[in-house]
Amino acid sequence: MAFLGIFKRDVSRHTVLASGQVVPDPARCVQCGICTYNCPIGIDVRDHAWRGEPVKHSQCLTCGECVARCPRGVLRFGQTDLFAKKEP
Amino acid sequence: MRYVIIGSGVAGIAAIEAIRSIHPVPARGTDGGEVQIVLIGDDPYGFYSRPGLAYYLTGELHDKALFPRTAEELRKLDFRVINGRVTRILRAEHALEVEGQPAVSYDRLLIAVGAQALPLEIPGADLEGVVKLDHMADAKRILKQARRGRTAVVVGGGITALELAEGLLSRRMKVHYLLRGDRYWSNVLDERESRIVERRLQEEGVTLHHHAEAIEVIGRNGKVSGVRLLNGETLACDLVAYAIGIRPRTDLAKQAGLAIDRGILVNEYLQTNDPDIFAAGDVAQAYDPLSGRSILDSLWTPARQQGYAAGLNMAGRKTAYIKAPPFNVTRLAGLTTTIIGTVGRGRDDDLVGIARGDSETWRQLPDSMVAQTGFEVNRLRLLVGEKTLLGAIVMGDQKLSLPLENIISGSVDITPIREKLLIPDARIGDIVAEFWASRKS
Repeated sequence: MAFLGIFKRDVSRHTVLASGQVVPDPARCVQCGICTYNCPIGIDVRDHAWRGEPVKHSQCLTCGECVARCPRGVLRFGQTDLFAKKEP
Repeated sequence: MRYVIIGSGVAGIAAIEAIRSIHPVPARGTDGGEVQIVLIGDDPYGFYSRPGLAYYLTGELHDKALFPRTAEELRKLDFRVINGRVTRILRAEHALEVEGQPAVSYDRLLIAVGAQALPLEIPGADLEGVVKLDHMADAKRILKQARRGRTAVVVGGGITALELAEGLLSRRMKVHYLLRGDRYWSNVLDERESRIVERRLQEEGVTLHHHAEAIEVIGRNGKVSGVRLLNGETLACDLVAYAIGIRPRTDLAKQAGLAIDRGILVNEYLQTNDPDIFAAGDVAQAYDPLSGRSILDSLWTPARQQGYAAGLNMAGRKTAYIKAPPFNVTRLAGLTTTIIGTVGRGRDDDLVGIARGDSETWRQLPDSMVAQTGFEVNRLRLLVGEKTLLGAIVMGDQKLSLPLENIISGSVDITPIREKLLIPDARIGDIVAEFWASRKS
């Protein structure tokens, strides 16, 4: 089914763990801080959402705790280009 | 140049960030006297996430987590904070009277004082145990009084009343929710959506009372002991929580002779009829050049955007605030819900005017047709216009929320799918997804 293509960005958990990052949609965010509050290693996810920047943090485990707990669906997994194959 | 901002909410903080983007904080040791920023606020807790108070009530986070900025981060923006209440704007003198403190002069002023809950105007509303949810202090008061096993009555409509009901329920109180009309949030949700929310509330343990109107709060020794209803019934309770709508705090502006309607009237540059005074956030009724109307919003994101635009304009960078189609995400009885564009109509028995987390533009329903689909907890409703989608409500699964946001805000021509959407029982989710995918590829 062709339309499933739009969900390709919601990459699978497997891929995420290897090469994903958490991406915020600032328009949905009300800075409540549930994301930061629940981050097991204390990354200020909320601050990334305020600035509209992906959580590019070397220690981020991409555990998905912030994505799952955000009550407003601000956060999703996106793919980084960190491990992307280099163009020849 | 001295910039003064009244109000420590998101509009005020965004305005300071905007001013500092033009006039950066001078390096230490250099003369920084050219630009001064002063923030005057009467909320003792300063800048925190007002919408987040709902999750503090449910216990999903700690109160300390509600502050998006540490004291040190705020210090980096280099502004002076005055905790106090502005009692008068002296326009001729370009000065403000602050209660119990010296007057403060300004060159440019931003009023970002927000809105406050409409009072419950029935006998007994002043008893101890009658609560609302405007500020952090209110949330703390509620939590102090929300005792496990006791009974609460919630009065009102919209998002805040529901948040109160859910918060009290998660504190193990017995909750009665009174609705004056025949269903929940009838001016934004359609009947089926209202019923989905109501059923979920009931499953969680809330007792719903339709066509129920509180006419008196009764008390014993100055404390709430019950609520008398219009139908003669009395509900015994220990707490009454209300959210019947909000009112922009226009008193200061009114006294200063600024143009006001329901909020402070501002042009698309967030400027009042006094060129040195600006207004942003819940208190502002902003001119929308696209519709030619002046609109009240009570949403976090527009408040932030307005505050930022106001700050730029105050600092001399002329920037129009162009309202995006109204958009809000909320959680209704545990169900993530996105409201985009125009979706509802009419008045609501449970609300007087606008509610928190609400936009007036949700209710200017022009000629449109409705297409809908979905199971109980994954529901999608589209408002189909002549050539574009005018609005959408996405309840439950949010995968289509982003495509719909783009289709609606971009006024994308939906002619290729319009007929298909309007076929009864069409799978509109699939049609939209396919349409979006074909445009992307």
